[in-house]
Amino acid sequence: MLRRMALTPPAQSLLRPPFRNYQFDVAYDEMFQAPGIPWPHYENLFQTLLELPPEQLRKNQQAADLSFLHQGITFTVYGTEEGTERVFPNDLLPRIIPAVEWRKIEKGLTQRITALNMFLEDIYHSGRILSDGIVPRELVYSCKHYRREMRGLNVPRGVYVSVCGTDLVRLPDGSFAVLEDNLRVPSGVSYMLANRKVLKRVFPTLFQDYGVWPVDHYPQALLATLRGLMPLNASGRSGPTVVLLTPGVFNSAYFEHTFLAQQMGIELVEGRDLLVHDNVVYMRTTAGLRRVDVIYRRVDDDFLDPLCFRRDSSLGVPGLFNAYRAGNVTLANAIGTGVADDKAMYAYVPAIIRYYLGEDPILANVQTYLLTGESQRNYVLDHLDELVVKAVGESGGYGMLIGPHSTREEREEFRRRIQAEPRNYIAQPTLSLSRGPCFLEGEVQARHVDLRPYILYGENVTLVAGGLTRVALRRGSLVVNSSQGGGSKDTWVLRA
Amino acid sequence: MRNLRENAMLSRVADSLYWMSRYLERAEHTARLIDVDLQLRLDQSPDAGTGRWARLLEASQTSVPAVGAMDAAGLTNVLTLDRSNPSSIVSCVAAARENLRQVREQCSSEMWEQLNRLYLQINSTAPGEAWLLQSHMFFRAVQEGAHLFQGVTDSTMSHGEGWHYIQLGRYVERTDSLARLIGAHFAHLPHPADQVVESEEYLEWVGLLKSCAAFEAYCKTYTAELRPLRVAEYLLLNAGFPHSVRFSADMVHAALGMIAELTERKAEQPVRLAGRLSATLSFGQIDEIMAGGANAYVDGIRRQCAQVHSAIHQVYFDYSIESTMVA
Repeated sequence: MLRRMALTPPAQSLLRPPFRNYQFDVAYDEMFQAPGIPWPHYENLFQTLLELPPEQLRKNQQAADLSFLHQGITFTVYGTEEGTERVFPNDLLPRIIPAVEWRKIEKGLTQRITALNMFLEDIYHSGRILSDGIVPRELVYSCKHYRREMRGLNVPRGVYVSVCGTDLVRLPDGSFAVLEDNLRVPSGVSYMLANRKVLKRVFPTLFQDYGVWPVDHYPQALLATLRGLMPLNASGRSGPTVVLLTPGVFNSAYFEHTFLAQQMGIELVEGRDLLVHDNVVYMRTTAGLRRVDVIYRRVDDDFLDPLCFRRDSSLGVPGLFNAYRAGNVTLANAIGTGVADDKAMYAYVPAIIRYYLGEDPILANVQTYLLTGESQRNYVLDHLDELVVKAVGESGGYGMLIGPHSTREEREEFRRRIQAEPRNYIAQPTLSLSRGPCFLEGEVQARHVDLRPYILYGENVTLVAGGLTRVALRRGSLVVNSSQGGGSKDTWVLRA
Repeated sequence: MRNLRENAMLSRVADSLYWMSRYLERAEHTARLIDVDLQLRLDQSPDAGTGRWARLLEASQTSVPAVGAMDAAGLTNVLTLDRSNPSSIVSCVAAARENLRQVREQCSSEMWEQLNRLYLQINSTAPGEAWLLQSHMFFRAVQEGAHLFQGVTDSTMSHGEGWHYIQLGRYVERTDSLARLIGAHFAHLPHPADQVVESEEYLEWVGLLKSCAAFEAYCKTYTAELRPLRVAEYLLLNAGFPHSVRFSADMVHAALGMIAELTERKAEQPVRLAGRLSATLSFGQIDEIMAGGANAYVDGIRRQCAQVHSAIHQVYFDYSIESTMVA
C-alpha cells in the first residue's frame, strides 16, 4: 500500500503528509532539488518519512527529548532562578552531506586553519604581513582580542589554534561559504556526539544503509592533538599531564566540559584546583600536588590570570601567564587567537591565505563591508534595511541587526552606533541560508540550517567527518544560535 | 611513569563525591523516618504521635519553632518538599545532584542519569492533599531511588579512590544519623532494660527498628519479642547489619584505610580516628553502655564521628600548600 503511494507523481506526493507544509523559495533546499524530487542522497530518508507513521516519529522525538533531559544535556540560561537549565533542542531528522561535498569542505578548512595559524605566528613575531601592507596594522592593534603580552612569545610547534569550529552556510547556488571562524573557545562538539548517539537509536537501519562516517573518535583525536603540545621547557618529563580548565558549573557549556573530560579520561579542573609555584602549574589532589603540562582551557583570555588580565576574575589562576611565558605549561588554544576571528579581520582571510600559502581560497567568504572606509560605510548606512550588521567582537548571535527584519528604531540605533565606532561593526548581505527538513509539530517542515565542523590542528590536521548542524527552529528565523531559539541536528557525512 | 589516573584525584572532586553521598544518605534516612511514622500513626492515638514527631524533628536536625502549632501535613511538608529547609528531602536530593553535577565526569553516565532522574521526579512533586494521600509512594520512590543509585554505583563505577569517598560519605552520615536517632529515642522513652515491651510502647520500638530498616533483621535474630536492651545492642553494636552504628563505623574505617593506601598517606589522622571509633564500638558492652546511659554513650560516638569528619577535611580536601610542597 505504502509502496504504491510512493510511486504516484512526485509533485502530488509532496502534498501528502508529512510534507504538506514544506516551504520552498529562493533558498537552497538540502533535501529537494525541485519540489517533491529529492536529491539522490536524500531519497532513502524521503521514502522512510513517507512510510513512517507520524505517530512513530513523534514518539521517537519524545524519547529523544527525554533521553537528553535524563542525561542532563542542557545549557544554562542566565538570569532566572528556577529552571536555569534547558535542554538544547534536538531535531530528529539527519542532515546528509555527500562525500564529494565533504572532501571540498575538508580541504578548504585545512587550508584555512593552516593559514590562520601562520598569520597568528607572524603578527605576534615579525609582522611581515603588516609590513607588506596586506593587512592594515591599525586593524590588528585596534582589535580588542589582540594581546600585546604575546609578542615574541614562542608556543609549542607554532600552534596557536588547536581547536577551531568554523561556521559554514550554503548559499542559494548550493556552494558552501565560511560565515565565521571561531578560534577562541569554540563549543558545541558534545552536541554533535550526543545527537549521533540518539539518531543511531532512532534510525538504526537507515544509518547503516547510508554508510555514514563515524564521529565518536573525536575525543581521542582531541587528546592526541593536546598531547602533541608538550611545553617547550618540559625536558625530562615523560608523558604530558593534560587537564581541561572549565569556568565551572555555572558556565553555559559546562555539560560539554564534563563530557569531553570524561571521554578523554583527563581531569576537569577549575581555577581553584590549580596553583602556580615557581612558574610551574600544579593541581591540588588528595595525594598532594601534581604537576600540569597542557591545559585545554575553556576559559576566555580575559579570565585566565587575574595578575595579568582581568583583576576581578576568580575563574583563573594567579601566575598562570608567567608559567606559560616561561614555557612550563601549554595553553590550548593559545592566548590572543581572537584577533584572527575578529569579524573585520575575517574580510582579509582570503588575502591571508594567498599571502602565506600562495593558493586561492577553496571555500569562499561571504561578501563583507568594512565600515572604516567612507565609501563602504555610506553604502551600508544607505542600505541598512537590506543588510545584516554585526559587532566585530561579539559571538552567540548577540549585537546583531538583521535589516529586513528590523524596525526603524533599531536601524537608527545601529546607524548611531556605526557612526560612533565604525571599527566595531561590519555589514554583510542578508543571506538566504539553505533549508533542511525538520520534524516539527508532527510534520516535516523546512528550516534554515548552517554547519559547524570542528578542526583539530597540532602535529596533523584532523577533521572528524561531521559537525554540528544548527537549526533556526522558529519559522522564518535566520538565527541558529542556541541562545536565540536555535536547535541542532545530527550531520551524516557519507562514505561514498 | 606513574599512572596519574590511578594515583591522584582532585581534592575538590573528592569533596564533592563525599558530600553527594552524605546528602543522598540523609534524604533516604529522612524518607524512611517519615514513611515509618505515617504508617504507625494510623494505628495510634493522636497524642502518641506528637511525641514521636518531636523526636523525628530532633533526629532530622530541623528546627521548627512551633511544633505544636503544626499539623502532620504541615510538618511532613517541611521535612519533604520545603526548599527553604536545607534538611528537607528535596533539598538534600538537589544538593546531592548538584554535587554530582560538578564532578559528573568522575562518575559513570549511569550513576548520573539515575540521580538526575530521581531529582527530576522529586522536584516535579507538588505538595497538597492529593500528594499527602499518596505520600507513601513518594517515600518509597526516594528510598528505592537511593538504593538503585547505590547499586548502579557499585556495578558501574571503578572501585577506586572516588568510589571510596562515596562509601565514606554514606557511612559517616549513617553513623551520625543513626546515633542521633537512637539517642533521641532513648532520651525520651522509658526503657526498662530487660523486659518485654507491651501495647502502645511496643509500636514505638517497632517504629525505631523500622526507621533503621532493622525490624525484619532483628526478628530473625531475636524473634518479635522486643526488649530495649536487645534493640539497643542490635542497633549499636551488631557487626553484620548495614544499618547498625558499628557496621557503619567499620565501613568508615575501611574506606579511610583504602584511601590512605591509595594516596600513600598511611599514618594520617583520619584513619587513626576512624580506627578508634570502630574499636570503641567493637569492644563495647551493652550492659555497661545502658548503665552509663545510652544517650551519653551515643553523644560520645557522635563526637568521635565529627572528629573523623574534620580530619578528612583537613587532610584530603583543604590542606595547606606548605604541608605538601616539601615532597
